[in-house]
This record gives sequence, structure tokens and C-alpha cells, in this order.
Amino acid sequence: MINSKYFFQGFKSIKGLDSPALALGASFIAIGALLKNIGFNLEQSIFSTFLTYALPGSLVMAESFLVGASLINIFLAVWLVNTRLYPMTVALMPLLLHKSQPRWKYYLSCHFIAVSAWLIMKNNYQTVEKKHRIDFWIGIGAGTWLTAIASTIIGFLASDYLNKDMMIGLAIVNPVYFTCMMVGAMKNLQINLSIILGAILGPAFFFVSPEWSILYGGVSAGTIAYFIGVFK
Amino acid sequence: MSEMSSNIVLVILITSFATYLSRFLGVISSEKIKETSKVFKWFNCIAYSVLAALIARMVFFPAGDLAESDILIRLFVVIASVALFLFTKKNLVYPTFLSAILLALINNYL
Repeated sequence: MINSKYFFQGFKSIKGLDSPALALGASFIAIGALLKNIGFNLEQSIFSTFLTYALPGSLVMAESFLVGASLINIFLAVWLVNTRLYPMTVALMPLLLHKSQPRWKYYLSCHFIAVSAWLIMKNNYQTVEKKHRIDFWIGIGAGTWLTAIASTIIGFLASDYLNKDMMIGLAIVNPVYFTCMMVGAMKNLQINLSIILGAILGPAFFFVSPEWSILYGGVSAGTIAYFIGVFK
Repeated sequence: MSEMSSNIVLVILITSFATYLSRFLGVISSEKIKETSKVFKWFNCIAYSVLAALIARMVFFPAGDLAESDILIRLFVVIASVALFLFTKKNLVYPTFLSAILLALINNYL
């Protein structure tokens, strides 16, 4: 089954100085409060983070639900904002695949792919030999996922005490944490260019198409960075 | 009310399915991709770019409560936090903690 030594080694990534717990906590507290405000009960809010565990997707769901969008529209909006998970998965799973490991681990643990767990794994996978990386990853994923669920509960229960200024403060924590993690991940030309071009082209494409800006900007920036890296 | 709550459950299920789909298809595609291949390196670049695009969008064109703050204030908070991150030898707790307090204070008193 799962090797507990590597599982806990991964699980422990939620504490320490580069812990994602604070950032995840802040953003899912905000989600918990938001879900309560749009009429979800506690069980439904927990169920939502438990099953989705992707922040932009949950925000889109809440927005669409508020304006009374149809189910098919909600599906398309969420699918579109979360398609970034596809290249993220393809850029992660080949590093974890090992013949001796059962397939179900990969099918289940891909649920943990979200920005914070992904960045931690990408920054640390080389510290674990390939055979055990999937168990290490399940540990990281379980730790961050449980943090998100616990924070959703706290946010739901605390929503009456969170004023507008506190909500705005909470909302900046996530982009700040991700920006710092990205700056920390910059270590070769291809990655540096990918990050810098993505940060420029993503917002630039917003003027062309707000819904597609992340995909257009991300795919074009990544492709340019890849070819510059190849020919350099 | 019961119709409303079964509707919420359906919304949650659809949202989670739409999210899991990209993760699952990613795993299926990964089975044929070697980590040393060009395709992997290309996807690696795209993954980082897409994330950078997403994060930049959160700062420049935020949704929800963050949209009520001024863009210059948001940029200042992000830059100050990254500077603190680099200054503290890549400690992530200080900048994240500082950013929330800084933004709430500046937004309220400036």
C-alpha cells in the first residue's frame, strides 16, 4: 500500500518555514465564508472543498451559482478555468510514475493537484527516489487538502466576524504566496522565461478575452520560452 | 428549500467533475510521456506559464473582494512581500502574513 515513511515526509511539508498552510488557510477561510454567504450549509461547504479542492474553480462555481447560471454553463466555466490542471498534471506525473506502483494511486492522487501542492512537489521531488515519489506526493497532497478542508470549516463558522477589510486582506495572501513560490522556483532559463512571459502575456490577453486569457497567455508564453530554451 | 439544497449538491458535483476531468486526462496522457522527452519539457514550460498567468491575473484583474482595492496598492503589497521573501532567505511565512495586514491597513487608511 502506501509507504508511511514517505507519506509522512510529504505530509510534514505543511509545517515549517515554507509551509503553504498559512496561504491555503487564508484562501479557504475566504471560500468557507463566501459559500456560507451564498447559501451553502456547513456540510455542503465541506463537501465542496473535499471534492473540488481548486480555488479558482470554487470561486467560479460561487459566482455562477449566484447569478443563477445553468448547470451546463457552470460545468463549462469551471472546466475552462481549471484546464490549467491538465498541463500541470502532465508536467508532474511522469516524475512520479514507477512500474512497481499500482495505478489507482495515480488516479486518486491526481485530485491533489493544485498550485500549492504542485509547487512543493516540483521543488522537492529530487530529494526522494523515484519509486517512493508517489507516496511522498500523496503525503503532500493529503496535508494540503486537509488544511483546505479545515480552513473551509473555520471560514464558514467565522464568516459573521469577518468584515470587508479582513476579507480583502485574506484575498491577497494567496497571490503573494504563489508569487513568492514562483520566484523561488526560478532556476533555469526556460523556467524563468516561462514565468516572466506568462505573467506578462496572461494579463495582456485579458484585453482580448477574459475567459481564455490564462490559457492563451500561458500556452503562448510557455511555447515561446520552450523554443528560446531549445535554441539558446 | 429541499429543491434548493439538491440543486447545490448538483452544482458541487458538476464543479468537482469539471475539475477532476483535467487532472484525470493529465494522468492518462502522462503514461506515455517520459520525463526526458521534449513533450515533457514543453508541458513543463506551459505549466509554469499558465500558473504565472493565473497569479498575475489575480493581482491585475482580481475577482471578488480583492477587486475593491486599488491596483497600485496591490502591486506595492506584492512587490514588498517578494522583497521580504528574498531578504529573509526565502521564508514564506513572513511575507504571506505581512501581505494581509499591509493590504488591509493601507486599503483602510490611505
